[in-house]
Amino acid sequence: MESLIKQISKTKHEPKWMLELRLEALKIFQKMPLPRFGPDLAEIDFKAIKYFKEPKTATKRSWSRVPQKTKETFAKLGIPQAERRVLAGVGAQWDSGIIYQSLKEKLKKQGVIFCSMDEAIQEYPELIRPYFMKAIAMDNNKFSALHAAVWSGGVFVYLPEGVKIKQPLEGFFWLNLKQGGQFEHTLILAEKASQLEYIEGCSAPVYSQNSLHVGCVEVFVKEKARVKFSTIQNWSKNVINLGMKRAIVEKAGVMQWVSAALGSRITMSYPTSILKGDGAKTTHLSLSLADQGQELDTGGQIIHLGEDTSGTIISKSICQNNGRTAYRGLVKIIKGAKKAKASVNCDSLILGKKSRAATFPAMEIGESDVVALHEAKTGKISEEELFYLMSRGLSEAEATSLIINGFCEAVVKNLPLEYAVEINRLIDFYAEHSEN
Amino acid sequence: MSLKIQNLQVKAQNKLIIKGVSLEIKPGEIVALMGPNGSGKSSLANALAGNPIYKIIGGKASMDGKNLLNLKPHERVKAGLFLAWQNPIAVSGVSVESLLRMAVLNCRQRRCRTVCAFREELEREAVKLKINKSWLNRGINVGFSGGEKKKLELLQLLLLKPKYAVLDEIDSGLDIDSLKLLAKIRQPEQGILLITHYTRVFKYLKPSKVLVMKQGRIAASGGRELIKKIEKDGYGKFN
Repeated sequence: MESLIKQISKTKHEPKWMLELRLEALKIFQKMPLPRFGPDLAEIDFKAIKYFKEPKTATKRSWSRVPQKTKETFAKLGIPQAERRVLAGVGAQWDSGIIYQSLKEKLKKQGVIFCSMDEAIQEYPELIRPYFMKAIAMDNNKFSALHAAVWSGGVFVYLPEGVKIKQPLEGFFWLNLKQGGQFEHTLILAEKASQLEYIEGCSAPVYSQNSLHVGCVEVFVKEKARVKFSTIQNWSKNVINLGMKRAIVEKAGVMQWVSAALGSRITMSYPTSILKGDGAKTTHLSLSLADQGQELDTGGQIIHLGEDTSGTIISKSICQNNGRTAYRGLVKIIKGAKKAKASVNCDSLILGKKSRAATFPAMEIGESDVVALHEAKTGKISEEELFYLMSRGLSEAEATSLIINGFCEAVVKNLPLEYAVEINRLIDFYAEHSEN
Repeated sequence: MSLKIQNLQVKAQNKLIIKGVSLEIKPGEIVALMGPNGSGKSSLANALAGNPIYKIIGGKASMDGKNLLNLKPHERVKAGLFLAWQNPIAVSGVSVESLLRMAVLNCRQRRCRTVCAFREELEREAVKLKINKSWLNRGINVGFSGGEKKKLELLQLLLLKPKYAVLDEIDSGLDIDSLKLLAKIRQPEQGILLITHYTRVFKYLKPSKVLVMKQGRIAASGGRELIKKIEKDGYGKFN
């Protein structure tokens, strides 16, 4: 593996410090055990995984081999034919460059850097180095170490002081990233009083031939800056997705995570906010939809270090057709984080007899001058609610769909509009096919 | 033309709770159904609306000649039957507006309505009931007081314009002003089954028939003179 890492670094013309970081991470990876919680990962054969492919050699598959179900979902979502082919991994050309060119130039004038990580590491190494794998420690777990050792691809965003971008940035479309990558690293630096909304992924099923995905997102929210990071994850059902996301929020900064997990076979994802500065705030909104054969273990962590910090987690998960979901969360308030406010609300909706939902909330509170709330609900659609809506002239499927949409509403309404619309359609799809 | 129930028998949780009830409501007519707690009034209302908890084991129910019992709950609503719930159920995340838009789309003949036109109509009806516009964007029955929930039931009644309405204790929780309003907004052609404990509602909605239900049976029926008797003696004397 060492020679592979050297080869990655060389291919990318990386500075020496990056190679050293990779090699150090490799050592940590080799020493660390698999996580002792959540879905069973023992099946991962680390030797069999292809860690790096040069973009040019990425193999294509033919449209006829794309599963029928994926094609149906594309149609249901109203994805244009051309985009469907790219999403399905057929690998057609997808020229988004022209569409976004004028926007890119506007950003450039404001001093914003928005480019691929590979480009950034060569163009702005001095900007990257103090932050790379600093929010997420390499030795956080076996997979953070693996990521640091073999990462490639991803997006770099730099916002100068006071710059506020109104239109959300979408890496997937703007930068024409081929299928998002396998170990991509996304780094966002939001300087003082800047503002950004970033959208990662896309709601259509994204085909990937790689079975293991370990992306990392690091966000640095400086004083009074605001960052909203939305992820819509819809990998094909062969993927084990173990991404990590972490933000460090300085004084009076605001970080908002919005995540929708629809795809993958196994997902473990717990976005984290470290509220370092006084008055820092964060909101974590997450939605997981687990269908047959899927195990989505999601949640969030908020660490209160500063005084008067506030954090909210709202997690909604739905499982059907024997899918499994789990909420796994941690709220930690250290001694001295006076007047911290923490609120956790995690609800699960179980559709069908064999689906399962679990909740593992944890709160570690070392300070007495705080307000901490926790609420959790797990259950099926209530017959009473269903009948109430039916007594208003709604069919069972319509009533079910309305209830599921209502269940997700707190999260979905915070997604970018076009994604919210697509997710609503997916939910209707669920309601039609649920065997409640 | 009528809403007609003949010898209806209903079981819930394997217990016979409606033991052969017959009644008829003609268009424009108000029939009062009174009785003590637990006498089976709400069960009858729910059975008519098709609540799956209540199993019909005998008898008939029809609306303008159409058999109700083989229709699904939503088909009964489309056919023109409406139930105002005694305890309306809260459904979080489903706004009053979104529920009503779907309900109206499903139940009315005239379908080509724009979202704006619908919202205008909704607001117009809401004003009649002195319902604050901000309620329309809130979850249906979520965090509303008892009386406010009843007003929302009335709003739905106004928008759906059913041929026959079963009003299950619509008066409990409603203030006098709203009761007066209820009398004013009623469509003259609507047949109403008015389920209630209390006689004060009759000041505003005047029934032509009064039925007293006890232990799953109609224990007495008559005209408005029955109301006085109930006011004087309570339900104890009916058997």
